[in-house]
Amino acid sequence: MSAAKYSASEMMTIAASRLLNNGAVCFVGIGVPSTAANLARLTHAPDIVLIYESGPIGAKPDVLPLSIGDGDLAERADTVVSTPEIFRYWLQGGRVDVGFLGAAQIDRFANINTTVIGDYKKPTTRLPGAGGAPEIASCAKEVVLVLKQSARAFVKKLDFLTTVGHLDGGDARKKLGLPGKGPVAVVTDLCVMKPDDVTRELIVKQLHPGVTREQVQKATGWEIRFAGSVEESLPPADNELKILRDLLLRTAVAHGQAPAA
Amino acid sequence: MAEIVSLQSAIRTHLHDGDAVAMEGFTHLIPFAAGHEVIRQRRTDLTLIRMTPDVIYDQLIGAGCARKLIFSWGGNPGVGSLHRLRDAVEKDWPKPLEIQEHGHGDLSNAYVAGAANLPFAVLRAYAGSELPKYNKNIRFIQCPFTGETLAAVPAIRPDVTVIHAQKADRKGNVLLWGILGVQKEAVLAAKRAIVTVEEVVNELNAPPNACVLPSWTLAAVCHVPGGARPSYAHGYYDRDNRFYQAWDEISRDRETFLSWIKKHILDTRDFAAFQKVLSESGKEQLV
Repeated sequence: MSAAKYSASEMMTIAASRLLNNGAVCFVGIGVPSTAANLARLTHAPDIVLIYESGPIGAKPDVLPLSIGDGDLAERADTVVSTPEIFRYWLQGGRVDVGFLGAAQIDRFANINTTVIGDYKKPTTRLPGAGGAPEIASCAKEVVLVLKQSARAFVKKLDFLTTVGHLDGGDARKKLGLPGKGPVAVVTDLCVMKPDDVTRELIVKQLHPGVTREQVQKATGWEIRFAGSVEESLPPADNELKILRDLLLRTAVAHGQAPAA
Repeated sequence: MAEIVSLQSAIRTHLHDGDAVAMEGFTHLIPFAAGHEVIRQRRTDLTLIRMTPDVIYDQLIGAGCARKLIFSWGGNPGVGSLHRLRDAVEKDWPKPLEIQEHGHGDLSNAYVAGAANLPFAVLRAYAGSELPKYNKNIRFIQCPFTGETLAAVPAIRPDVTVIHAQKADRKGNVLLWGILGVQKEAVLAAKRAIVTVEEVVNELNAPPNACVLPSWTLAAVCHVPGGARPSYAHGYYDRDNRFYQAWDEISRDRETFLSWIKKHILDTRDFAAFQKVLSESGKEQLV
């Protein structure tokens, strides 16, 4: 273990990467999910299979893609197929173990909004939209969500339900007849939440080192529940931090950006 | 059989006001030169179809060419918002923009249905989502064999599809490779297709199973080197990530956007002239 200093977003990325098992087939969203998935590949899960919706299967990018279809993804993939094929044969075909996604808004049942803030017809903020999320959340065997925690993002009621998690909780998702289990974990910069076995409401299972329950509650728009025994996340190990920082640095150099925080 | 013609002539002949137009390319091979030519020729009232509107449609929407947008993810990849798209949706500028939004699996399936001359596509999605409430083109049907409820979306049948590819031969057969997105499906779903290419060669030398679009499936092929910039062409040039980042600043403000469009597109003769002006402005931070 490490005594090194690390940031809350590094902790988030590392905690998310630890949830991916070696050999898992992982459908990766752009941004933090892609960072965490590649960190997993470069640390404990060298045989993880990364699928990006633009077509690469078994992608092994040297630097993180800025877009979901960067050339490096194709260059170093096991194969590249068309976008319809990715969604039809590989995702809907039941070949994806984990869908790894971000979100703009999330509610207590891990339903997500990436469409609008405000009214749909006259939004105050038009967000990018669904992308592949509705299909990924339907068909991947499991879904892991990763996003920064704030009261603006973790809301009591979504402005728009783009992608279904556990709907109203209980057996609501099961009744919809979706093949996948839906969200099994939500990783933030403060904690790790998992749905309750029965109610499917998100429960804090793990707090990152130094984070208090009050901090988590303040960053959540509903009365958040905590597990009977909340564990403390293992702090980043030296090699996790080093590999993550090296990855972000060579990514920044390749894209001509200032290194990500 | 495709004619090998100038891009100006291809757009003038095949892409009309009011058309439903798909300019595809999933981050890779985005037909920017053709998008610019549509702006230059002041086309209006277009229904624009694209999985990821990207900067190419941000430019067309801000320039007032579009009436409607059919899409599935509308951000500036790796950067943030498409400000012109947002301004049109949030503030009706420069004119109201009707939107019809889908998911990627849905829209890519809809192109497949279009290419297959079927009326609709089926997929397993949207149960529980609010998207079908606001998009009457997402409906549910029951499988006649198993009774399973599935989502259905109408086939996409553009009047015109425009794509960029790496190579054409002199007869107008086209070869493309790398990330292919929905380009082939979008071409085969369309009434007319225009392809811009990096180079025209004597022999494609395409291996069996390569993605080749035969000349007789296309209306026009245009030789436009660099025509996908600032996106990329696998084997030719990389994505210009700095431009995508700079676009955030250029597009944020209406006046800055309009003067950029005027200087770089309306006041240039063609894509080669655009690239020259762009590289000169590059020395002054692209604006």
